[in-house]
Amino acid sequence: MSCLTGKSFNPVVNRRGVIAGLAGMGVMGLLAGCSDEGAPAGSGSGDAAAFKIGTIGPLTGANASYGTSVCNGAELGCKDFSTDELAFAFKSEDDVADGEKSVNAFNSLADWGMQALVGPTTTGASIAVAEVANSDPQIFMITPSASAPDVTADKTCVFQACFNDPNQGANAAKKLAEMFGDEKFVVFYNSGDTYSSGIRDAFMEKAEELKLEIVDEETFKDDSQTSFTTQLTKAKDKGATMIFAPIYYTPASVLLANAKDMGYDVKMMGCDGMDGILGVEGFDTSLAEGLYLMTPFSADDPKNEEFVTAYKDAYGETPDQFAADAYDSVHAVALALAEAGLAADADPTEVAEALPEAMTKITVEGLTGTLTWNDKGEVEKDPMVYVIQDGKYVAA
Amino acid sequence: MLQVLKSKKTRHDLVTYGLVVLAFLVVSFMQANHMIPRMIAGQLVPICAYVVMAISLNLVVGVAGDLSLGHAGFMSVGAYTGIVAAMSLSEAVPNDSVRLVIALMVGAASAALAGFLIGIPVLRLSGDYLAIVTLAFGEIIKEIVTCLIVGVDENGLHVLFNLTGKLTVDDLGLTEAGTAIIKGAQGASGTDTISTFFMGFVLVMVALVIVLNLVRSRTGRAILAVRDNRIAAESVGISTTRYRMIAFVVSAALAGAAGALFGNSFSQLSATKFDFNTSILILVFVVLGGLGNMRGSIVAATVLTILPEALRQFSDYRMLVYAIVLILVMIISNNSTIKDFVARIVPSRKSGKKEVSADA
Repeated sequence: MSCLTGKSFNPVVNRRGVIAGLAGMGVMGLLAGCSDEGAPAGSGSGDAAAFKIGTIGPLTGANASYGTSVCNGAELGCKDFSTDELAFAFKSEDDVADGEKSVNAFNSLADWGMQALVGPTTTGASIAVAEVANSDPQIFMITPSASAPDVTADKTCVFQACFNDPNQGANAAKKLAEMFGDEKFVVFYNSGDTYSSGIRDAFMEKAEELKLEIVDEETFKDDSQTSFTTQLTKAKDKGATMIFAPIYYTPASVLLANAKDMGYDVKMMGCDGMDGILGVEGFDTSLAEGLYLMTPFSADDPKNEEFVTAYKDAYGETPDQFAADAYDSVHAVALALAEAGLAADADPTEVAEALPEAMTKITVEGLTGTLTWNDKGEVEKDPMVYVIQDGKYVAA
Repeated sequence: MLQVLKSKKTRHDLVTYGLVVLAFLVVSFMQANHMIPRMIAGQLVPICAYVVMAISLNLVVGVAGDLSLGHAGFMSVGAYTGIVAAMSLSEAVPNDSVRLVIALMVGAASAALAGFLIGIPVLRLSGDYLAIVTLAFGEIIKEIVTCLIVGVDENGLHVLFNLTGKLTVDDLGLTEAGTAIIKGAQGASGTDTISTFFMGFVLVMVALVIVLNLVRSRTGRAILAVRDNRIAAESVGISTTRYRMIAFVVSAALAGAAGALFGNSFSQLSATKFDFNTSILILVFVVLGGLGNMRGSIVAATVLTILPEALRQFSDYRMLVYAIVLILVMIISNNSTIKDFVARIVPSRKSGKKEVSADA
């Protein structure tokens, strides 16, 4: 306790140290002051005629790769879909995948004058933000990647550009029944994660209906994703021949490596969260050979070449489905604005009022398929299954 | 009345209340006139919750001298029971404010119970056991909430404890009109947001009144005695366990109420929100505000909640800047040169080297 009472804390700080410290504080204050004054002035004059699109995602922390992809995709989208009549201004904010911080980010974007939100990236944050966006004064929101049905439920101005978890789980069960009806399945999911358990719940329901043979279920949590040998041994003992793993790519890379080390020859299918596995640092991509993915986007598909090249030029990375979904979301906003006949200087509440109706009328020929929306804000598009062959996605 | 004001401590407490009321009035006035940006306006309720958390943890760490590293666990207990209470009463009690008050009470009661149960074995021990057990408690609560599936329909509450991870919301057997409140790993989602800044302010005032009066009372003096010298306290017949327990349970109850306020201000809340980092964040509020100093806790909680958001223009470096600010505040507030300097220009602040006391 003594360390906390402050009594024993007696730093050896001489006068110079104090002055340096004070100077540091002063500099910080100056910096804060400068940018405080600078930001609104800059956006006020420079982007006066531009329609302001904001995005939110985890740009730092454990999920930073998703947030970065979404922000990059949305930024590229804002660049590409800007026309002379309707230019887009873009700003991104970090939320560390946390609902509270995401709401803060949303409010700070609203202060900037955001007219439509393409985000947030993660599911939990999106549910929290959707509630705020939908309450007075409304701001139109389309999330590229948040997949829980609660995001759009009972909200008028909130849309999704990706499948929601139940749809994805049910689609996965359907696809598996079509393609691998005879396999014995083990479902492997992160029981501490909204996305993973959401897909799993819907998958199990549909799998029962389709009479898929599920011999085992294994779970893990965020803090125990360094080794899955125990779970794999159990699954092997129960005779599972195929893993259905609605998990993100980082644990998936561990899972594949563990299976290889154990000499467990098993097929595996993942969902869109596993897209990006080939880019995991230090991951032997040969392990992913033959991995099935249900994901809406493939960077190897010739029809997406233009986007992929532009993205690589701008950010030095191959885009994943998060980037593609974000790009399509901006595309949808652009089309819906044109459909509703709104100009760049439209009031955010006006946008939130007019866009939902326009969204149900448009069809986006996007990177992730042909997208249409129902009046609940859910997207309708075809699920696509890819298999990894020679380090590339091939339609399966 | 004047007699009361002669006591220096009473005056000090009244000033604290006055400052909180003043802050509330100023912010309310500014909000009504649209003078504060949305970024701050959206944080008002969480700030109130964090202020109450800081006050409550200060009671344990600063006043009772025990280290709790799992205060977010109590917040979590309060948050989820508060959310369940608020959601399940949405038919019976249509008035949002009344419902929120009930939710706060339910949250406080359940967190107090949790604190009591943990306190029974642990507060009998000496040393750092409380820190270790509360740390474990926070983690256990996180796991328990992850296993919890709760729904409500006209037949009442349905609770499932999903130990194997194989159950889903459908296993609750809700009727058509029912809603799922806590959905296992997804946490509570799709819940109503009924917390208001006014209720947050009321909660802060209640927490302050409870804690300051407790500290000034006979019980409070006993708690301070146990903190300062347990052996001496025991020798005059003070039951150390009992008084530490009083402080701990009151603190847990306040944390539970803060959790209920916080939980009812977001429509989605994952169990992972209340992890070790949150516990440490609250401990930082307390340490930075000064141990035993409630006014300091309030200021520290407010400033440190707004700071990371105010630093958004630093984009990726904002948490780095935040850390630097923390370190600088720590160094400067403990610097004897600066303390002497302040003591010289403000005569009443002569006691620069005063003992750590309870909000004196």
